[in-house]
Amino acid sequence: MYILIGGGGQVGYYLTKGLLQQGHEVLLLEKDDRRLNQLSEELGSSITRGDACEAQVLADVGCERADAVIAVTGDDEDNLVICQLAKARFNVRRTIARVNDPRNDDLFRKLGIDVTVSPTRTILHMIEAEFPLHKVVPLMTLTRAGLSLAEVTVPQDSPAAGHELRSLRLPSSVNLALVVRGEQNITPTGDTIIEAGDRLFALVTADGEAALRDTILTA
Amino acid sequence: MRVVILGCGRVGAMLAQLLTGEGHDVTVIDQDSNAFRRLGSEFPQSQTVIGDGTDADVLRRAGIEQADAFVATTNGDNRNIMAAQIARHTFDVRKVMCRIYDPIRQETFNGLGLESICPTIVGAKLFRDALVNPVMRSSSPTASMAQGRSVPLTPVKPAPHQ
Repeated sequence: MYILIGGGGQVGYYLTKGLLQQGHEVLLLEKDDRRLNQLSEELGSSITRGDACEAQVLADVGCERADAVIAVTGDDEDNLVICQLAKARFNVRRTIARVNDPRNDDLFRKLGIDVTVSPTRTILHMIEAEFPLHKVVPLMTLTRAGLSLAEVTVPQDSPAAGHELRSLRLPSSVNLALVVRGEQNITPTGDTIIEAGDRLFALVTADGEAALRDTILTA
Repeated sequence: MRVVILGCGRVGAMLAQLLTGEGHDVTVIDQDSNAFRRLGSEFPQSQTVIGDGTDADVLRRAGIEQADAFVATTNGDNRNIMAAQIARHTFDVRKVMCRIYDPIRQETFNGLGLESICPTIVGAKLFRDALVNPVMRSSSPTASMAQGRSVPLTPVKPAPHQ
């Protein structure tokens, strides 16, 4: 795949390295000379000087044959414009934008950006997940499918503890994928008995998340 | 008409004054409170909002939900483009315009339905007309100024050789 990346900050740098290791053709665009010099020794021909917000720059680097354009600058307005230009002018199939302010997520999607990644939100979720609070923690959102991957730890007083999964009658909006008990990973079946302390990982819709909470947490 | 203007630079401030003078209800947003000095002392402080114009909450504070029009005139093309799209897609403002310096970017976003003015194109064409076609243009200073041109009353001529 040919992948164009806009913005040579930390995210752009590590992303470029990672994608190169996976064998992709990658070109990182960085407009700042000093940063470019820092990175070019290591990245060689996979980095070039240019402002990815400029249509002419995108044209010069063959944007029309890019399989994906990923905008990871620190400015949401720049990331938005890079992706919109790539899509509207160069018909790039897949555009991915870093969204620094999580509130911009909806706007970006409304404007046709295929994938949005919000580091702020991700960090919040990860920190939340580190706290053993008895609640359903969203780990990851699958935007297009309308699903999220949620984690919940079964509390001591859970009404579900000691019961077969079958008897809990979880709705179809909750797809329980994995039960982690201590070091053991259990692929759940109807016969699996839920125990206090189990960590449940489930694919849920918005309704499903509420149902999961009601079933596991509410006494 | 209720108008929200983003960016209190020379263009934003002048537009605000023109519209206010014609009786329109104008609110101006800028990140820098010093910029509001350009509006003059007559302009009510209650119609200025300090903040980032790509922040929906700031736009709300400026009354965008009741606005008939939104104009983005900051120095950043991308900022203007994003703010204008928020005004249009999040707040359904009827008339939305922005300034885009980069002609190619303007063309692209025009294709996406965003109305804009490109000072680069407008400026270049005015210079071209003034150079190539000066007679075709009105020589009246006020008419020229309305077109964004300034014609000195006494043309500057090189000193004659003595």
